[in-house]
Amino acid sequence: MKVITTKGVVKIYNPDKIPVKALNGVDLEIEEGEFTAIVGPSGSGKTTLLNVIGGLDRPDEGDVEVGGHDIDAMSDNDLIDFRKQHIGFVFQAYNLIPVLTARENVEFVMLLQNRPKKERHERAEELLRAVGLDDKMDKRPSELSGGQQQRVAVARALAPKPDFILADEPTANLDSKSTANLLDIMARLNEEEKITFVFSTHDQRVIDRARRVVTLVDGKVATDEVRG
Amino acid sequence: MLFRLAWRNIWRNKRRTAITAASILFAVLFATFMEAIQKGAWGHMINSVVNYYYGYVQVHQKGYWEEQTIDKAFPLADSLKRLGEKVPEIRQVLPRIESFALASTGEHTSGVMVVGISPEVENAMTSLRDRVSEGAYFEDNEAAALVAEGVAGNLGLSLGDTIVLISQGYHGVNAAGKYPIKGMVNFGSPELNKQMVYLPLPVAQYFYGANGLVTSLALKLDEQDDIKPALKSLYQKLDTSAYEVMDWKDMLPDLVEAKAVDSAGNVIVYVILYLIIAFGIFGTILMMSKEREYEFGVLISIGMHRRQLAFTVWLEIIMLGLLGALLGILASMPLVWYFHVNPLRFSGDYAAAMEKFGFEAIFPAIFEAHIFLTQALLVFVITALLALYPIFKIRKMKPVQAMRA
Ligand SMILES: Nc1ncnc2c1ncn2[C@@H]1O[C@H](COP(=O)(O)OP(=O)(O)OP(=O)(O)O)[C@@H](O)[C@H]1O
Ligand SMILES: [Mg+2]
Repeated sequence: MKVITTKGVVKIYNPDKIPVKALNGVDLEIEEGEFTAIVGPSGSGKTTLLNVIGGLDRPDEGDVEVGGHDIDAMSDNDLIDFRKQHIGFVFQAYNLIPVLTARENVEFVMLLQNRPKKERHERAEELLRAVGLDDKMDKRPSELSGGQQQRVAVARALAPKPDFILADEPTANLDSKSTANLLDIMARLNEEEKITFVFSTHDQRVIDRARRVVTLVDGKVATDEVRG
Repeated sequence: MLFRLAWRNIWRNKRRTAITAASILFAVLFATFMEAIQKGAWGHMINSVVNYYYGYVQVHQKGYWEEQTIDKAFPLADSLKRLGEKVPEIRQVLPRIESFALASTGEHTSGVMVVGISPEVENAMTSLRDRVSEGAYFEDNEAAALVAEGVAGNLGLSLGDTIVLISQGYHGVNAAGKYPIKGMVNFGSPELNKQMVYLPLPVAQYFYGANGLVTSLALKLDEQDDIKPALKSLYQKLDTSAYEVMDWKDMLPDLVEAKAVDSAGNVIVYVILYLIIAFGIFGTILMMSKEREYEFGVLISIGMHRRQLAFTVWLEIIMLGLLGALLGILASMPLVWYFHVNPLRFSGDYAAAMEKFGFEAIFPAIFEAHIFLTQALLVFVITALLALYPIFKIRKMKPVQAMRA
């Protein structure tokens, strides 16, 4: 089943001044259960593509369908609720609310969905265990390493049982050990829980572990390679 | 949870929170203190001026104040003397007969005001006995006069001399009399000092040919707050077609105006004070909004609605404002109380000038709940309004832009 479909997506920044075509006709389909890396040189449009897929930004041309929904047709408020329900986000850094503990951060989205307390608690613990943070649940982000923070961010992104997770350079600020560790967790979640991941990266070690690699050049898909 | 989030965010940058709360605290403290002293000083001043002679309320025959003549004297009925029994706020009823006369010694002549008073009752309000600088206070029926020092000086009279008074009495009768000077009285006010002559009431009534009549009743009340209820019952109990009832504001419009001018001047100080506070708080809010832009972007991205986010941020600032205002009240209470119990006391030229007019140069603070509440409320409202700024920011914010910064 396709979870993401983009057709001829164009995104132009600064249309009034010097226009920048960040995306210049992107056609892409992502199937459920994929483990896809979006790669390409700096400025090639990786972040923009993830933002458009995630409904954080609207394309100027083309269609974006997520889980069978045309997200372009949604109002801003509906889109927020849609994101909360269907899409998990992991950003490059500073994902977490600094004044909340790891557990509270994970619970936060479920809280916004008005899930009962017991369910929130149990799921937060289960997810934090899944990312290997059993003993750090009540620590605040400032008490966690960068890698641990990114693992909490993955746990939080998973909390509402989204259709897929979008991660924009999730390892950019991590050392190689933490990078490997985060990738292990993501790969395991992908294999065991069938979680769909779409992540952008510059890091060859991360690219090596992807099962599909989509390369963007100047806002277009240059190559799309699926590995065994 | 949103509350918890807001609450924890307050303590996130402890130093900034402390500075903001402290600035709100000092604003409340300063404003409260200023208002308490200002109101207290005026209260004390008015109290002194009013009890110096006029009293908070007076009753006359209708039309007397417009045209102050002995012909508008009225009988001092028993029911009037006992007004205090019907109107609980009235502590004393001071009957007076007042008019002008010529005082002479043969060589000198001078215009004076001859006031007939009931010695004990008069003293209860104006403390006239304390003003006797030479000689002694007089008794109810004594045919003797108390003369202001200025009058005595003008006429070259001294204690024990006789003062001769000539005037037009009630309905044009000739009024003439001579009285031994039993005491000299000293008034700070030069106005009173050069014209006051007191006689016991029956003696003055006889002098004016107005037996049993008075021109005014000054009413002694405990405090300004009693004026309203007193006036209300007086209007019910008195025949308002025959009598006029006036409070000090009607009788002393200059004093009312002086107070208004002073208050207007203070409004400017308050406005400046509040502007300073507002800018301070706004600076904090501005910095906070800027700093957290990225975080706001993340929160909206992961599915927090703008209104939820805005509410949380607003709540945070409101709590901070509330905290500062509360601490401000707590801090100002002992301070104001201290100056309530130990009034500011002026010394030097200013005090000397005031004392010359018979006033103590003291500025007691008033200690009243409404002052703390209004000041704290004002500061709080300012904070609440300023807290709207991040709400507007959040409404317009694009998460992608916020997170690019
Ligand atoms: N909000 C914006 N306003 C103006 N230009 C933008 C904006 N966002 C992106 N761009 C431009 O669009 C192009 C694509 O940017 P994008 O961030 O998607 O690249 P990227 O592939 O993620 O790069 P990097 O690897 O450096 O993260 C760039 O030229 C960038 O300068
Ligand atoms: Mg990028």
